[in-house]
Amino acid sequence: MAETTAGETKNSRLRNFDFKTMGPAIALLILCIIGFSLNSAFLSEGNITNLLTRSAFIGIIAVGATFVITAGGIDLSVGSMAAVIAGIMIIVMNNAVETLGTGVATVLLGCGCSVILGLGAGWVNGFLTTKGKIEAFIVTLGTMGIFRSLVTYFADGGTLSLDFDLRGTYRPVYYEAFFGLPIPVWVFIIVSIAGWILLNRTAFGRYCTAIGSNEAVARYSAIKVDRIKTWTYVIQGLCVALATIIYVPRLGSASSSTGVLWELEAIAAVIIGGTVLKGGYGRIGGTILGALILTTIGNILNFTDMISNYLNGTMQGLIIIVAVWLQRADWGRKSSKE
Amino acid sequence: MLDSVQAETPVLAAERVSKSFGAIPVLFSVSFDLRAGEVHALIGENGAGKSTLMKVLSGFHPATSGTLRVDGEEVTLPPNGQAEDMGIVLIHQELNLAEQMTVEENIFLGREQSRNGFLDRAAMTEAVRKMFLDVGLDISPKARISSLSIAEKQMVEIVKAMSRNARVLIMDEPTAVLTEAETTVFFAQVEKLKAKGTAIMFVSHKLQEVQAIADRVTILRDGQWIATKPTGEFTLDAMAQMMVGRELSDLYPPMNEADVDAERVLEIEGLTTQNIRNVSFDLRKGEVLGFSGLIGSGRTEVFEAICGLKDIDSGVIRVHGEEVRFASVADARDAGICYLTKDRKEKGLLLEQEMRPNMTLLALPRFVKGFMIDRDAEQEALARGIRRFDIRARDPKVKAGDLSGGNQQKLLLAKIMEADPKIVIIDEPTRGIDVGTKQQIYHFIAALAAEGMSVVVISSEMPEIIGVCHRVFVMRDGQIMGALTGDAINETEIVRYAAGLKGEKHHG
Repeated sequence: MAETTAGETKNSRLRNFDFKTMGPAIALLILCIIGFSLNSAFLSEGNITNLLTRSAFIGIIAVGATFVITAGGIDLSVGSMAAVIAGIMIIVMNNAVETLGTGVATVLLGCGCSVILGLGAGWVNGFLTTKGKIEAFIVTLGTMGIFRSLVTYFADGGTLSLDFDLRGTYRPVYYEAFFGLPIPVWVFIIVSIAGWILLNRTAFGRYCTAIGSNEAVARYSAIKVDRIKTWTYVIQGLCVALATIIYVPRLGSASSSTGVLWELEAIAAVIIGGTVLKGGYGRIGGTILGALILTTIGNILNFTDMISNYLNGTMQGLIIIVAVWLQRADWGRKSSKE
Repeated sequence: MLDSVQAETPVLAAERVSKSFGAIPVLFSVSFDLRAGEVHALIGENGAGKSTLMKVLSGFHPATSGTLRVDGEEVTLPPNGQAEDMGIVLIHQELNLAEQMTVEENIFLGREQSRNGFLDRAAMTEAVRKMFLDVGLDISPKARISSLSIAEKQMVEIVKAMSRNARVLIMDEPTAVLTEAETTVFFAQVEKLKAKGTAIMFVSHKLQEVQAIADRVTILRDGQWIATKPTGEFTLDAMAQMMVGRELSDLYPPMNEADVDAERVLEIEGLTTQNIRNVSFDLRKGEVLGFSGLIGSGRTEVFEAICGLKDIDSGVIRVHGEEVRFASVADARDAGICYLTKDRKEKGLLLEQEMRPNMTLLALPRFVKGFMIDRDAEQEALARGIRRFDIRARDPKVKAGDLSGGNQQKLLLAKIMEADPKIVIIDEPTRGIDVGTKQQIYHFIAALAAEGMSVVVISSEMPEIIGVCHRVFVMRDGQIMGALTGDAINETEIVRYAAGLKGEKHHG
């Protein structure tokens, strides 16, 4: 008898382990198998590269969101932030053509501008939530509206287009490959590794987790809670800036519809990856898988006629709900009770 | 004839009730009875079993053995406050009111009156107005709970209980958070309830109040019944002595002599914050200094203010003779001062995390090598802490929340010590832990002092203050009432200061 129970606990623990940490990887694997069985071109080099490149935007933003959410916050403004940064970048670069020409210098100016705007916007979100003592949801809901309307205003309701010659200079950042991988994928990889080290191996990451678990404990443990929380928003802003830098050369334009719903996709990627929405537990690896899963769903729907491409959102929504349901349900405990 | 028999039968009675939590016995064969129209006070030290008895009498805890009777009939009370339906209401110290709802909404919460499917607000407001008139309370039924004073909230809670036809009111330290004026108003209401035949059980640490309001007094000590007598037969000093009267055993380590000429490591002058006034004291190297007083007397706030957790209005803090003001816990830590919270679950440990991150959290900058956390050093710290403080966990990967209270407390001690402090403030060092671990913790405290560390012990348990401290300050209402040294440190003296029977308004 005793042996049976021991075996059962072991088994249930194994199942627990599976769903909590391996879940996203298994889900992605299943999606790939489905994709391949529907169309063998799914696993072709071209499609894989395309898939990774498209994941890069949401993935990079989601790495930043992992920090914000792990520390118990939320940032709804990232999509609008990306749009307004893209808009301002384009305006600045177009205006710099006269003095700096259409060379690399102008592009670098645009990139620097993007980084500064990202850091600044993140700092504003952080400052208002910590020193202003306003809930993150409300602050970022507010800045989301502000950023979105600003880009519409700058574009005068239409589209801001990058100077044609500049586009040629900037284009390789999105379309060129480096050692076989497109540059956006390299940026995604570097951001992911840096994010993983920061969250799992540094005091800053430990502090984020502690604050998200219990802010009072963090305060009593000599952690400067406001400062760390502000930093998470600044990191989020930096990630948005990087994503924008590789996004702009793709279309060479920005409009009021740029980056719509990116915030939800980023948060979805984080949650699918196993990070806890109320904070205290974050997984960068999971976030990356989450971003890949979301892009893969869209990609598979493109490959098949069974489900309309217009139902992409439905599939993504279902995946999010199922993923969280699998994480929440306490399989181990339930089965041992039975 | 029949009437007088009914008057004699207690409304609620416990006969030889015992209660254990797991293997730890808390109540030993205690008897207690409540008659209609009386106030029966229950007094005893912290940990004497008062709250356990209250919870047994209101059905929140089932008794391990013994009998409960309602109107003389043996009963088993339903759990989770459902005894309210039988007219037995426990009013918790933290009140159970919905802050953002109105008085009327709170009183009728869960049994709203309606007409034609809509709430009948007029009828409910009128009913509440009538109830308030009955007890002479001047609050608008439409007022929001959050706009009321604490005393008013307490009265709303009581009226709510009365509106559910409560015959027995069990009140846990209802006056602890009230000012003197509020207490007077509160007592006037209690007299009215009494006149209407309600049986009231009243738990308090304030002996003067007990004498003023109670008809009978029952004293508990260490989970045992000591005496039940009409209030008139006790003097205040007799009550205090019966509450404490106990020999100190070798639960406490031998105390090394305090060096009266040792350097003053911490000097506080005229510290004033929102809740404390003009607090002055000093702490010497190698000394164990006690802070006694009732819960809410401001002991914790003094040290939270010193460590940068509470705003300071005025006052001077000197560490090793140098004037300082810490803006954050990190600053205090870097100056060698660490505060160990009494609230280990809410403010002390990350319950969802393993022991390792908990152990190093306070002193984390010490574990950073280059840019990253040195995991080997962390692991060593964990092993060191487990060895030094005898933390018993079935495996080192266990979550802090799954450790027993005693092991959590040891983990907290180990965590503080990783920061290598010179001054440690330990708030309620043994709250909710068993006797064996208590003894260990007292020995740790003595050992730290012997090593030259200065320790402040804040405690509501008088025996431990007496057992481990060289000097004791007693606080009341945010002020230091007196300082005790040597033989003067005894429970009767502390109770006298803490209860306000004696006070010199100590100024340094």
